[in-house]
Amino acid sequence: MENASGKNIIKTVDLSKTYSVGDVEVPAIKSIDLNIDGGEFVAIMGASGSGKSTLMNLIGCLDTPTSGEYYLDGINTSKLTKNEYAAIRNQKIGFVFQGYNLLARTSALENVELPLMYDRAHRINNPAEKALEVLRRVGLEDRIHHEPSQLSGGQQQRVAIARSLVNEPSLILADEPTGNLDSKMSVEIFALFQKLNDEGITIVLVTHERDFAKFAKRIVELKDGRIIKDYMIKDRLYAQEELFKIQEEEIAEEA
Amino acid sequence: MEAKNLLKVALKSILKSRMRSLLTALGIIIGVAAVIVMVAIGNGAQKKVEDQIASLGSNLIVIFPGSINSGGVRMGAGSINRFTMKDVEKIREEATLLKGVTPIVRTGGQVIGGSGNWNTRIEGVSTNYLEISNWSLSSGEFFTEKDMISRAKVAVLGKTVADQLFPNDDPIGQQIRIRNVPFRVIGVLAPKGQNVMGADNDDIIIAPATTVLDRLLGGRYISFIMASASSLSQIDQAQAQLVEIMRKAHNLNPGEDNDFTVRNQAEITQAATETSQVLTILLASVAGVSLIVGGIGIMNIMLVSVTERTREIGIRLSVGARTSDILIQFLTESIALSIAGGLIGVLLAFGITFILNEYTSQAAYINPQIVFIAVSFAGIIGIFFGFYPARKAANLNPIDALRYE
Repeated sequence: MENASGKNIIKTVDLSKTYSVGDVEVPAIKSIDLNIDGGEFVAIMGASGSGKSTLMNLIGCLDTPTSGEYYLDGINTSKLTKNEYAAIRNQKIGFVFQGYNLLARTSALENVELPLMYDRAHRINNPAEKALEVLRRVGLEDRIHHEPSQLSGGQQQRVAIARSLVNEPSLILADEPTGNLDSKMSVEIFALFQKLNDEGITIVLVTHERDFAKFAKRIVELKDGRIIKDYMIKDRLYAQEELFKIQEEEIAEEA
Repeated sequence: MEAKNLLKVALKSILKSRMRSLLTALGIIIGVAAVIVMVAIGNGAQKKVEDQIASLGSNLIVIFPGSINSGGVRMGAGSINRFTMKDVEKIREEATLLKGVTPIVRTGGQVIGGSGNWNTRIEGVSTNYLEISNWSLSSGEFFTEKDMISRAKVAVLGKTVADQLFPNDDPIGQQIRIRNVPFRVIGVLAPKGQNVMGADNDDIIIAPATTVLDRLLGGRYISFIMASASSLSQIDQAQAQLVEIMRKAHNLNPGEDNDFTVRNQAEITQAATETSQVLTILLASVAGVSLIVGGIGIMNIMLVSVTERTREIGIRLSVGARTSDILIQFLTESIALSIAGGLIGVLLAFGITFILNEYTSQAAYINPQIVFIAVSFAGIIGIFFGFYPARKAANLNPIDALRYE
């Protein structure tokens, strides 16, 4: 995999984004300098309105900054055309949303295949086979023909993660991926993220729950559009262990 | 996205909401069916007119005497009567593109016979008259070459004359007197009805041209000559050849005006069919308007569809779809809808035409060309009216699209 650890995957220089609401200019993020290396697992935290979603959208090439520069995998994105932006979203980034954002009335397999349909480089020869492989990786090989409405929230989110993986991206971005899930399902999702990170995939996610942030390796805290804290986690939690604890508690409750 | 996937996605989204797709396409279905049926009815009417004209004769060429230039004063057609049986003989011998030629010696008069008398038109013709004028007998027989040579006093009656003189009897074998010359009735013509001008075709007596010339008129000039070209496509060449033969027969010098006038059936047909063509175009344009209205229906639904599927568009954009991918996806959908509607419309048109032909007196003929045009037009409408909604979808901002509820 090309995203070997150590290399700068994300580098922002003086990155700012200002929205205009009517005549008023509302700054969402202000001159952010952030470096994330390959193989990292970063949790971005902050209260609502702190600018964390805006930062995610910029990192995910879904939006363009008002000023500043953003290098993704060494590419200066400020000089790209709309189509090149689309290609970057397609090939370098896997996005996981809070609301899953799966196509309705479309099977899990076809949802996962979707990014491959838009890959003009045709890097993957057999889309269906590749989609099946990533669905297996997220543990959904027995649900591939189910439509989103037939899946639980946790399963839908795993389909979305499989979709983010299918194009072999350098980076997975997750915007509050467990916001709609109960705590057990959330821990399961984090277990999956940790497993993927162990396999070498860089993960950046937004969460506002400190407990979940501890599953990451590094925390970046935002307030009013600026980074106020950026530190490595010393007492990192392991989701797999937490899952065992939850299961034990459940057994204890039943007994 | 590859064409195969594009089509798959388009068909899937059309089939996802079948009822709505059907209602959307309904405008196109009705429009296409209307265009095809209207043109079919127009063609039917045109065919009727053509059939009526064909009943005048088959690939007819008519040569009238006259229209010469005498001392700078142009005389009207028929001003100088110069056709004789010799002209007819000449044409019969030299023309190669004709099925047949007959003189028409036209006169009229009081006819007495059976239970009464009747004033009618009398035409002296040759033996192949029936073939040339596309006519047939309902009973009896036509005169022969022998009758021509012997100037036999035989007559064939038109239906009207037969009914007037012999309302209760069989006229065959009966005696009639035309201008006091006794004739024997040997046949009765099949009824032909009114001609294009509304005159009664059946109010006529046919006799050998020689008989009419010698025994009724005592002259040698014939009224005009009717000829029949071998085929419709050769009618113009045949006419040119006739002109040559006639000029030679009349010893006209090069540069001298013809002393005869030639008209062919194609010219008459053209004049008559032009009217019905105008009618067809009118009908088709009215139907075409309904096609355009159908297109607006498609645009309407596609716009609703874009709004409804904003999230889907956002998802596609977020996983790397280009603006053009979304544009093409929605265009494909509207084109697929309108072409599918077009094809259903064609089936409907065939059904309606079948019913018209089977159960009503209205004849309708479907022109394969118009089927092709109508379906292509439906496709173009799909592109035209699908473009605006498709562009609207493609220009959505991915973040806004994803946030849309």
